[in-house]
Amino acid sequence: MSTLTKSESIPAPEAGHAFLSVRDLQVRFRTEDGIVKAVNNLSFDLEQGKTLGIVGESGSGKSVSNLAVMGLHNPKNTTIEGSITLDGQDLLKASQKDLEKLRGNKMSMIFQDALAALSPYYTIGRQIAEPFMKHTGASKKEGRDRAIEMLRRVGIPQPQTRVDDFPHQFSGGMRQRAMIAMALVCDPQMLIADEPTTALDVTVQAQIIDLLKDLQQESGTSIIFITHDLGVIREIADDVLVMYAGRAVERGTMREVLKSSQHPYGWGLLSSIPRINASVDVPLMPIPGTPPSLLNPPSGCAFHPRCTYRELVVGDKCVTERPPLELANGHLSACHLTPAQKQSILTEQILPRLSS
Amino acid sequence: MLRFLIRRALGALVIIVLLIALTYFAFFSLPTDPARLACSKGCTPELLAQIRTNMHLNLPIYQQFWNYFSGLFVGQDFGTAGHCAAPCFGYSYNTQSFVWDRIVANYPATFVLAIGGAAIFLTVGVGLGMIAAWKQGKLADKAATAIGLVGQSTQIYFLGPLAMALFVVNLHWLPQPAYIPWTQDPWGCFTGMILPWTVMSVIFWSNYSRQVRSLMLEQLSEDHIRAARAKGMSNTYVWWRYALRGAMAPIITIFGLDLGAVFSGAIITEVTFGVHGLGYLAVIAVNQADLYLELGVLIFSSVSILLFNIIVDAAYGLLDPRVRIG
Repeated sequence: MSTLTKSESIPAPEAGHAFLSVRDLQVRFRTEDGIVKAVNNLSFDLEQGKTLGIVGESGSGKSVSNLAVMGLHNPKNTTIEGSITLDGQDLLKASQKDLEKLRGNKMSMIFQDALAALSPYYTIGRQIAEPFMKHTGASKKEGRDRAIEMLRRVGIPQPQTRVDDFPHQFSGGMRQRAMIAMALVCDPQMLIADEPTTALDVTVQAQIIDLLKDLQQESGTSIIFITHDLGVIREIADDVLVMYAGRAVERGTMREVLKSSQHPYGWGLLSSIPRINASVDVPLMPIPGTPPSLLNPPSGCAFHPRCTYRELVVGDKCVTERPPLELANGHLSACHLTPAQKQSILTEQILPRLSS
Repeated sequence: MLRFLIRRALGALVIIVLLIALTYFAFFSLPTDPARLACSKGCTPELLAQIRTNMHLNLPIYQQFWNYFSGLFVGQDFGTAGHCAAPCFGYSYNTQSFVWDRIVANYPATFVLAIGGAAIFLTVGVGLGMIAAWKQGKLADKAATAIGLVGQSTQIYFLGPLAMALFVVNLHWLPQPAYIPWTQDPWGCFTGMILPWTVMSVIFWSNYSRQVRSLMLEQLSEDHIRAARAKGMSNTYVWWRYALRGAMAPIITIFGLDLGAVFSGAIITEVTFGVHGLGYLAVIAVNQADLYLELGVLIFSSVSILLFNIIVDAAYGLLDPRVRIG
């Protein structure tokens, strides 16, 4: 079971036994307009063989925090604080050389847009074989054989001939498979999947998710799955982290977060999912407003300008004080509403709407 | 690929034929009398009449054109001036020689000038651009950009004499620039051409350095660069194998077009340094109103440009696997 849900009212669980453990992560970008506080006080754990789903709107810091784990930010304009520990090794203190040895080997990443993430100038086979040759010292021939094997594993038909194709000769779903093959070629212990299904149509989406689940069962890889699609989360995640404006606003097991969310933002996300069995004239409930600017985030709770339950909180706490991430009704959430208020809103307003 | 080349070659042929026709009629509709121009000092009416007959100037213009055009393939007779073998580009009266022979005599100089100059401007231009991209925003970036800009703003006829005054006259490091066939004296050819090469290349630098800089920066911000780094590839590897590879196709395109231009004769450079190439010939031809010579140089230059255009398009198909040629 995951430590992050069972720890008793401690927002940041003890480091040590988790495979990946992120503590108080802060990521800041220096831009011409000022400093963007992209990620603030983010802590989470990922255990061996488990899947953590990270949910949030565009710009909520999902990708930024994971690029920080991979060490892929440009050090010239980025400052990263906190700690990121992978299998006992502090990644923020690791040298560029050490990170290069880890990337693509122990930890790897797949990206949203496979067409953009594959170089158009080299064959699929070469791009898959490259990290394998670098990390294992394999020869060109061995690299090619490995690439064919990987393509077969991710379900590309005729891998012996497809290995010499260029990315533009692959369909969208096949490109995503090829990129998964590229990320898994060295049997990484951790895979970060940054919206790998967002650009795909629903059937291919389901195939890719099944593929990731199968591969995880085969090799026991830990997966961080970044998405804004709660339907996908339901399919794949063990634990869920909901992010808003660069902070964690809710954290718990998938069942807890999806079935009994304790945060107005989580309620908003749940209410905005279209349901196939709802009657056609039931309008979707969007979350009002727009995501906040991280150059100048709102005071107090960053969600307060968009929150419909603000008046229920006594005084102007929502504007002045940032709610801590604390245990309420079973899992962690960051909201000034009392646990009783949350529970009653959930059972009286949100759940009926979801099942109507 | 073969189909593409054949189609492009046919297209180029049509353009060349049209070009020959257009320039021919344009030149020969000028109110100058080619015979009188060709008949220099001590011209007698008999001689003038003789030249007229030799040059077929008594025939109607369309027939003259036909003589010229067919002469390109089968040769042409110029009366007492003799038979001009194919490819016959006409007769240059001023020098009493066939145009083709003059072009053949001058082309090696242009060729050597073009090869050396192109090698220098490609290396220096791409090098400056790479430095600028590598040190983006730093002093080296600004310096590289400034060098390129100064280069582009300079004129060959200004920089050329200055360089000659310094390296040839004052320092005696180099001999007077001239084209010496490299088969005769490779070292002499090199020392004689190093100034023309360098000075000619200066005006091309900034175009390459700016293009390379922006292309590299654009490439480096691409997703596949980040993905390559996420695979564990080192920064230098990503820089050379991924970013430069992506920047290459547009650079090769510009390079091919510039090659077409320098191979068709660098007029200013050749005149400044007294290199007797195609550009030099063009200036003589215009000065002396040597119509056939002008026409010959023009056709030759156009063919060279068209040829490099085709090469560029073909190269693009080889450099970018997404481009399908056919």
